[in-house]
Amino acid sequence: MKPSRFPLVVTWAVLIFFYLPIVVLVVQSFNSARFGGGWESTSLKWYRQLLKEPSIWDALMNTLIIATTATAASMVLGTSAAFALHRYGKSLLQRLHFSLIYTPLVLPEILMGLSMLLFFVAINVELGLGTIFVAHVTFCLSYVAMTVLARLQDFDFSVIEAAQDLGAGWWTTLWKVLVPILAPGILAGGLLAFTLSIDDFVISFFVAGPGSTTLPIKIYSMIKYGSPPLINALSTLLLLVTFASVAASQHLARKGEPRRDPSRARITMAQP
Amino acid sequence: MKTRARTRWAECFVTLPSLVWLGLLFLVPTVLVFAITFKPATPYGGIGEGWTLETLRTLGNPNYPAIIWRTLRLSMLTTGACILLATPMAYYMARTGEVWRRWLLLLVVLPFWTSSLVRIFAWKVLLHPEGLVKQALVALGLAGPETMLLYNENAVLLVMVYTELPFAILPLYAAADKFDFQLIEAAKDLGATSFRAFRSIFLPGIRVGLLTAFLMVFIPSLGSYVIPDVVGGPTSEMVGNKIAQRTFVDRNLPHAAGLSAILALTVVAPLVAITVLRRKTSPRDALREEGI
Repeated sequence: MKPSRFPLVVTWAVLIFFYLPIVVLVVQSFNSARFGGGWESTSLKWYRQLLKEPSIWDALMNTLIIATTATAASMVLGTSAAFALHRYGKSLLQRLHFSLIYTPLVLPEILMGLSMLLFFVAINVELGLGTIFVAHVTFCLSYVAMTVLARLQDFDFSVIEAAQDLGAGWWTTLWKVLVPILAPGILAGGLLAFTLSIDDFVISFFVAGPGSTTLPIKIYSMIKYGSPPLINALSTLLLLVTFASVAASQHLARKGEPRRDPSRARITMAQP
Repeated sequence: MKTRARTRWAECFVTLPSLVWLGLLFLVPTVLVFAITFKPATPYGGIGEGWTLETLRTLGNPNYPAIIWRTLRLSMLTTGACILLATPMAYYMARTGEVWRRWLLLLVVLPFWTSSLVRIFAWKVLLHPEGLVKQALVALGLAGPETMLLYNENAVLLVMVYTELPFAILPLYAAADKFDFQLIEAAKDLGATSFRAFRSIFLPGIRVGLLTAFLMVFIPSLGSYVIPDVVGGPTSEMVGNKIAQRTFVDRNLPHAAGLSAILALTVVAPLVAITVLRRKTSPRDALREEGI
């Protein structure tokens, strides 16, 4: 009996559905027409104009500052949390700990955004880069913890005992044994946290103050009130950066560790 | 006894940083959402003293049940469409050759790495009155020049499916990958049609994947805010839009909190239902999950 062609047709349809909007966006960024109705001429006019918008570069700077610091903080907190969950997993305290780490992953972002805004308003904290940093650490922590926890599943604790039997103190054990063994997991978690932090709009929007625009917030206000061709150009640049880094990570993955990506992380975490 | 005290100390040392952080910045704010629902709003956009049922009373306004119903309906439709498209694709991906399968996985995952705002904006460009889709539809005689593709419920639904589809494909693919396709051959040898084998053997075989896909699409859909905000209009607002409006436009925080509390309860309901359902259907799996 001939296998059905239906799954193949659906697969191609989905791929076209996925990539058609992206391709059109990139092509339109080189169209000099203001409203993209017809094709005027090919030009880099919108890219040149983009360079003259200092507010975009300020926003990019804020985004990078927050992503770097929040990633670093969530790597430390998340790794320590994963270690605790794995080592002392049976106790009541760790069950509570696990629920606190797991729940932020399944709640819609807008709930987290609003709840933190209410919290900051209630304790009278001024909104700004500081509050965005705190909010990002809070959601990144869970992702790092879950990624490292997955790596710990095949971690052999006798290595630690062996190190201590051989006279290593806890500081030496931590830096010479534990961290090197867990490094791939910690880095994968950190990479995930960095990507999520750079891309986050909803939570940042709720806890941002007047002078603390991040790149996604800037893009959002351009979408709402700005000129479309400029966003086309900016989006194309962002896509270029993304695709280049994915290609690079693919290249690295072929050499070393199996690659982990954010989507997979969200999948493994959401297993009911 | 000394070592036990030391283990206790070590446990606290690695547990407390994240426990305190999340307790203070996740648990307390979540409880605040429910508490502030019963607080009065001040004219300056702050939170007043004392307790009131004012917010609950305003939420009784017939506008809100309509918006909550629309949120549920659009989320269900999105979930249904995603699973309908993702299941055949997962089936195909699990059966195709190794190289092509890797490429397909990469192509499905790639959108995750791009900014979600950019992808939503791309649809605004396409559906725009002067955009490609509109012009194609007019040229084919499928739409009049007056037809508006943007700022309605259909546009919201389309972009929601676009954004959430990878989250349905990946768990379904993971389940299909583990499925033993010889069972399908066996069913066909015994006289089942392709469709019958697909329905009676394949679908039950990937039910964990179907359940995961349902949760992964349905829950984020309920909290949608950017999509209805960018491609939707006043007649396609969802709960997320109302929360944002109360926060940024009217600055009525107790009201925003009340809506969020409703959203939180709506999100928790399917999670609890599925946990209970799974306990009932397979007590063994439940035991295994508990680590017994």
